[in-house]
Amino acid sequence: MTDAVHTDPFLVAGTDVGSRLLLGSGGMASLESLAGALRASGATVATVAVRRVDPTTRHSLVDLLDGLGIRILPNTAGCFTAADAVLTARLAREAFATDWVKLEVIGDDRTLLPDPIELVEAAEQLVDDGFVVLPYCGDDPVVARRLEQVGCAAVMPLGSPIGSGLGIRNPHNIELIVAEAGVPVILDAGIGTASDACLAMELGCSAVLVASAVTRAEDPTQMAGAMRDAVAAGRAARRAGRISRRYVAEASTSSEGMVAPKGSVAG
Amino acid sequence: MVSGGGTTVNGTPHQVTPGTTVADLVAGWCPSPRGVAVAVNGEVVPRSTWDTTPVAMGDAVEIVTAAAGG
Repeated sequence: MTDAVHTDPFLVAGTDVGSRLLLGSGGMASLESLAGALRASGATVATVAVRRVDPTTRHSLVDLLDGLGIRILPNTAGCFTAADAVLTARLAREAFATDWVKLEVIGDDRTLLPDPIELVEAAEQLVDDGFVVLPYCGDDPVVARRLEQVGCAAVMPLGSPIGSGLGIRNPHNIELIVAEAGVPVILDAGIGTASDACLAMELGCSAVLVASAVTRAEDPTQMAGAMRDAVAAGRAARRAGRISRRYVAEASTSSEGMVAPKGSVAG
Repeated sequence: MVSGGGTTVNGTPHQVTPGTTVADLVAGWCPSPRGVAVAVNGEVVPRSTWDTTPVAMGDAVEIVTAAAGG
């Protein structure tokens, strides 16, 4: 993994991010559980939501992430309009001293699917305001292209709805997005287990963001380690250049030098 | 929304004495100002101006920080 970080760097907006596995803090059972998962994952970026301060809370998520040397990526989770998302992003920039934002603008609170119209609007405003915007979007290649055109630093298409664990529902669309994107494609949402993360990387994604699959697993630390291995395996397989899919077989053993079948003429 | 034009902090009514600044409010609300941001009436108040920004009667103040999510 260390070699890969140096020979195959993961760059976002010119910054070497490090790990191709990003961890979402959503769904964490406790700070301790999150800390264990973060260490096992090797993640160098973790998302946080922006919420009202609870005066009764003693713990600090910010202190935990800073202590682990992990970059905070604030998320506009829960926003339904571009205006809300823009305000939330600006609050986050002030709170965490970062220009980076994972932009999430959802259409309804049942499917949590992104509202592409509000999303592109918010992205444009935030890019103009100097943010490094990483938008969570649907798997529509047209919307992904629009987001890149307005200046987003990456695109983050979903595999399936947030927290659903349904994996990558439309691998073809993810491939289409990857083929056309000039910015990193980070598969975000719906990953359920390690093979989903591996597939995302094999499809050509530059990185993967996982939250529920780790935080809500029976053993988050073990799952985080599995995700780390899966992302590394998928990336290596992609770079190794897989064989094509064939309609029929291609023998892997040459027939040259075969012993003649019994009863045939020798020579 | 609170009727009567009272000040609110994070959606709940909050009495503010005249001369209270944003910095005063944050100090009363948060164990530490680290990782905290403030908006008054929907506009972000930069940290550098907390000490000099008064909280007026009827202001809607939001004090936020990081929470699990995303």
